Amino acid sequence: MNRHEIILIAGMTAVTFLVRYAFFALGERLTFPPVVQRALRYVPVAVLTAIVVPMVLLPDGAHWQLSWRNAWLVGAAATGLIAWRWNHLLGSIGGGMAVFFLYRWIAG
Amino acid sequence: MSHDHFPHPWTEAWSGARDSLPMLLGAAPFGVIFGTLAGPSGLSAAGALAMSLCVFAGSSQFIALTLLAGGSGLAVILLTTFVVNLRHALYSATLLPHVAGLRQRWRVPLAFWLTDETFAVVQLRYGEADGSPHKHWYYLGSCLAMYGNWVMWTVAGILLGHSLPRLEHLGLEFAMAATFTGIVVPMLRNRPMLAAALAAAAVALAGRGLPYKLGLMLAALAGVAVGTVLESLEAK
Repeated sequence: MNRHEIILIAGMTAVTFLVRYAFFALGERLTFPPVVQRALRYVPVAVLTAIVVPMVLLPDGAHWQLSWRNAWLVGAAATGLIAWRWNHLLGSIGGGMAVFFLYRWIAG
Repeated sequence: MSHDHFPHPWTEAWSGARDSLPMLLGAAPFGVIFGTLAGPSGLSAAGALAMSLCVFAGSSQFIALTLLAGGSGLAVILLTTFVVNLRHALYSATLLPHVAGLRQRWRVPLAFWLTDETFAVVQLRYGEADGSPHKHWYYLGSCLAMYGNWVMWTVAGILLGHSLPRLEHLGLEFAMAATFTGIVVPMLRNRPMLAAALAAAAVALAGRGLPYKLGLMLAALAGVAVGTVLESLEAK
């Protein structure tokens, strides 16, 4: 590891940590106003949906696959259905993965 | 005061690690690919390991490799790292009420280890109604599992590189999509939540060509804005 790499990694470490830590650092000294508290309740749904939907609809990152041949779409639909019906996280993940792999195995 | 009726801290930590298991599988191919690509991108083996140990942020590590290979300078890489990681500020703002009362010696490592995956399961645990005072142990358990896993698969990629079976074609990444889907769907209980998800999905799809994960950040903000506005309209 040369000097350039050490500086690069130290810099990336500092930047990444500061972004993650900025709010935690303030601890109890920071209380959000009610409207922000309400808004923050939407963060999980918004961000997780934003990560998943493009993965599922464009599995290769470039091409739309809005068809039943798309194992990602079928697997995610199965996961969602199980989660919606039984509200059991590990069950929905396990069931969805089973559908995904079976589907790929059969269709592939 | 006794907390005997709550899960023991170690039980919480174990649950956090266990609930992260599908995402450990999902992250494995990325760890291997990162380790494999480091050398050809101009990052030494020690540098690749150090990056996984110290930075611990998959997407910015990959983007750093691309920029390194393209000959970008330090300032560009650091600025990119900042933008790519912005969503973590949203996560820490969301989790802040739950960790604000912890000592710094907890908040520092919990911030260092905060990732998409850990955020996904930890916000769910904090949302459960039991008043367990040990939920930060659950958080810690998820962190340690994700961290150990990421470092281990980076090392595997560095050492074995192309001789590893083509892990990226096994479809393990689907585990992450399944976990996030399984977490989100039960949360879509009312119209504002549903609208937030739809808005986030639409913006994420429309902005998927934007660089530096900006599409993801914009999608998150759009979802939050739509949900919040709709909630206030319905309350009137």
